[in-house]
Amino acid sequence: MTTSFQQKAGFWRATAAAVFALTAAIAPISAHAGEDLDAIVARGVIKAGVGTQPGFFAPDSNGVWKGFFVDFGRALAVTVFNDPNKIEFTSSSPQQRLPALQAGEFDILLSGVTQTISRSFQLGFHFGPTVFYDGQGLLVRKDVGVTTGAELDGATIGVQSGTTGELNIADFFRKNGKTFTPVTIEDTNEFLAALESGRVDAITQDASDLGIKQTQLKNPEEYILLPERLSKEPLAPAIRHGDDRWLEIVNWTVWATIEAEELGITQANVDDFLTSEDPLIQRFLGTNTALGQAIGLDPKFAYNIVKAVGNYGEIFERNVGKDSVFKWERGYNSLWTDGGLLYAPAWR
Amino acid sequence: MTAITEPGRHRPGFLHVLRHWLGPRPTAQFALLFAAIGLFWWFGANTLETMARAGINPGFDFLNRSANFEIGETMIPYSSADPYSRAILVGLLNTIKVAILGCVLATVLGVSLGVARLSGNLLLSGLVRWYIEIIRNTPLLLQLFFWSALTKALPAPRQAISVGDNAFLSNRGIFVPGIIVDNASTAGWIALLVLTILAIATFVGLTRTANLTFWRGTGVIAALVIATALAFALTGATARFEIPALGGFNIRGGYNLSPEFAALLIGLTVKFSAAIAEIVRAGIQSVDRGQWEAARALGLHNGQIMRLIVLPQALRVITPLITTSYLDLTKDSSLAVAIGYPDLVNVINTTANTTGQALEALAILIGVYLALNLSVSAMMNQYNRRVALRGTVQR
Amino acid sequence: MTVPAVNLPPPKPQDWRHWRQGLFGTPLNTFITLATLAFLAWVVPPFVRWAILDATWIGTADDCKAATGACWAFVTAKFNFILYSFYPPALHWRPMIAVVLLLGLLVFTAQPRFWRKETLLLWIAVPVISWLLLAGTVIGPTVPSNQWGGLPITLLVAIVCFSLAIPLAMLLALARQSSMGGIRTMSVVYIEVMRGTPMVAILYIAMLILPMMLPGGQLIDKIGRAMILITLFWSAYVAEVIRAGLQAIPAGQYEAARALGLGYWRIMRLVILPQALRLVIPAMVNLAIGFLLATSLLAVIGVFDLLNAAKTAAVDPNWLGFYDESYLVAATIYFVICIIGSRYSLWLERYLRQPR
Repeated sequence: MTTSFQQKAGFWRATAAAVFALTAAIAPISAHAGEDLDAIVARGVIKAGVGTQPGFFAPDSNGVWKGFFVDFGRALAVTVFNDPNKIEFTSSSPQQRLPALQAGEFDILLSGVTQTISRSFQLGFHFGPTVFYDGQGLLVRKDVGVTTGAELDGATIGVQSGTTGELNIADFFRKNGKTFTPVTIEDTNEFLAALESGRVDAITQDASDLGIKQTQLKNPEEYILLPERLSKEPLAPAIRHGDDRWLEIVNWTVWATIEAEELGITQANVDDFLTSEDPLIQRFLGTNTALGQAIGLDPKFAYNIVKAVGNYGEIFERNVGKDSVFKWERGYNSLWTDGGLLYAPAWR
Repeated sequence: MTAITEPGRHRPGFLHVLRHWLGPRPTAQFALLFAAIGLFWWFGANTLETMARAGINPGFDFLNRSANFEIGETMIPYSSADPYSRAILVGLLNTIKVAILGCVLATVLGVSLGVARLSGNLLLSGLVRWYIEIIRNTPLLLQLFFWSALTKALPAPRQAISVGDNAFLSNRGIFVPGIIVDNASTAGWIALLVLTILAIATFVGLTRTANLTFWRGTGVIAALVIATALAFALTGATARFEIPALGGFNIRGGYNLSPEFAALLIGLTVKFSAAIAEIVRAGIQSVDRGQWEAARALGLHNGQIMRLIVLPQALRVITPLITTSYLDLTKDSSLAVAIGYPDLVNVINTTANTTGQALEALAILIGVYLALNLSVSAMMNQYNRRVALRGTVQR
Repeated sequence: MTVPAVNLPPPKPQDWRHWRQGLFGTPLNTFITLATLAFLAWVVPPFVRWAILDATWIGTADDCKAATGACWAFVTAKFNFILYSFYPPALHWRPMIAVVLLLGLLVFTAQPRFWRKETLLLWIAVPVISWLLLAGTVIGPTVPSNQWGGLPITLLVAIVCFSLAIPLAMLLALARQSSMGGIRTMSVVYIEVMRGTPMVAILYIAMLILPMMLPGGQLIDKIGRAMILITLFWSAYVAEVIRAGLQAIPAGQYEAARALGLGYWRIMRLVILPQALRLVIPAMVNLAIGFLLATSLLAVIGVFDLLNAAKTAAVDPNWLGFYDESYLVAATIYFVICIIGSRYSLWLERYLRQPR
């Protein structure tokens, strides 16, 4: 039915006006979008994306987030707000975490993201310092009877979607001229269930992750974590391109925990160092110069971090090391002075 | 012979047609159109700016880059060295596969249920009614999760439930015996395609001239099978019959339906069979009861009445509604992403994730679904014209 | 013109005879009855054994794993989680009130005697109050939206998006019927593109593209973004239903109203739309039921709606693998709401057909 009416015009004019008015109303917001640090300060809380994996990141029975990566988030909240609780953790699946960071849903990803060149160049992410050096491993059912990854020709392997693991395992088999059938699974717990039920012969993931997962299986002794590592997995905090100050805050927060360990400063003894005559320690703790002030930080931010969450060694041992149920060795994640890879730039 | 110009209405000029189409208030319309374009322009500009800030280069170059991820099930050869475009094609084919099978199975089950619902038997129709109510009033995604959990709960390959040692049910999938073709060349596949089209054309021809009988139909199918076998043999392909058996890590041989595919197919079939059953029931009930009585008076028996009198009329009601169901099924096959079947959405998702080209990837996704939808509805419209009463459907 | 047949109700047979006829009337019927009974005998006992006889009613996950039947202890332990997801347990009274308010709104509106303009105010007030309750804006502490979940989210998204989609859909439907080609084309393109796109893709746009498209788009949280796009998406479907209503209004109505000297908007507002909407109310209720079920797709973008909460409950490491029980609970909730809705729709259809 098509009939014409004179009065239509008034309406369409009004609609057009409304559209323009709406456009005009939204437009001014663009003026202050983009500066991540400003947005964080204005909001009063950092939004961090994490995963769910006891030891790395998991809420305890009271709903308080605990874990290795969570502690670095808390250190960051201390740097910005001098309050370890001004950070909001949200669990995000590997499949969704990168788009979510890109979309601005998080200010930082602390979900054990592997630093890769394509993520830097193509996805537009900056990475803070590596907080955990890892490599991809294979957790295999013992009854499959293999001792190296190359023997898994024709096997069905569980991969977690959205991780570098999905890509590395394809490379690994391609390199060796072998084939496998991938089963992509998003949820961590279903990932484990697939291995237990025999849906897959093996699962692949960062070896540290697999180590934790093995302890969660019903009969951990029925599985073996193959010794070979398929890849380098430097796990680092990730942020979007676009705000250099925010990147530097992430960098120096992580380095502060490493430097503190190197200087022997711990949560327990940090107050004793306040009176230290060592100029390096004075600079580090901000007792005579204010190195952080240029970008608006508390001059004593490093002191605050150590006081609130401790140094790198303490964070490691508390969550995944000897003071935890996992009892991991430090390995590569030791100070350079102990033969590891942790090395903070100069505090000058 | 002299050309006779038909006297009659003067054909209106293009401008006149345009003006008539545009109707009143052309300026306001253009203003609104430009406002809409402007709004999208603004969205686009913002998006480009955001992408530039994040250091992402807009464009479709990524399609030619190596995808670097494996896909669990593929209908065409695919390896992680292939480009993203091929990965997306693999996903699309998987979507089409499940959509076509889903439509066919849902129709078969739905029609049976619809007829069962109308059977005079109170117990059966009551049972079917409950089935339909439960299926229709719970979310499809929930049903998919349920089927997915069910397939995962099947035993591991070594403890697989075997059906007469020929077929196996395990949490790696359903394994059935099948004919495996080796060394099939492209020519062979093209021959198969052409022959299938020929066979369908023959069927259509026979139906239209009312010459289709059981034996002729069987003859056409037999001819198709023989011709295909010959075509494959001529192009150097070999076929063998394989029975699945436990070997290595897995059950090998025959055809394998992965648990994810099986869960998706069962879920879509069950969900849409309920919708189709209701459509069929409504269609059959739309035919006046008097027609049954009149036909009985002519001495036709129930089967004949159904086939010759009721169904042709019911189809007029059923076809447009069932088209909507097919379109919905195709769209809802996108829920595959939630249960891990590598359909188009799943591959697009991984692509967006690894390349960061979310905008482009989603544009491809929406474009493909629109094209799929439009082609299904075009085909069904064509069919609808054929079953509709002459003169009721405008061209 | 045919004379419509007088539809007399069939003579009601005596009950037992009706049943005997329906079950054993003919040999074929008897066979079908027996076959159906055999099928039931095959299906029902194992289910009863699983659901009742072998079930674990109270206990821990280990008790359940030892038993072969259903684990209802899981439901007892996880019921609040399925209903409210990650909402802080101490504050569960807030989402509970929100659910009561939202369901109350539906029940209230379902009664034709409350179909007045004032009810529209409730449709604004109740969702806003529910939102404020969940957020804790007025009565602290505030709860960020990433902790909302379960049934309140399912209801809130369904109700808010559907009610916002209706006015939009009216404009789209009128535009599609307009005599102005440009307007008509824009409306058709919008409606067909929306209807040709899967909802999953729409949700991905909400999650990935919307924040890039709007400056400051990341300031809107994920649920808010999803709701914006779901509203736009549903409006296309609602528009098609309203269009069917518009097409059913005879042309004489337009002409008569015009003859009275009414303008387009007054004709639409006073004459056409009230009749058209009244015609499509039952269809709208059915559409709303479909939409309520469709909100479960929010799980795909990681919003913890009722279904996702149920799924997450079953992957809790302490209670891993009780999918069937968890899904059964969620399915029951959806089923109860929707079956009431569809029965209501049938009743409404009869009610509206009554002459008055």
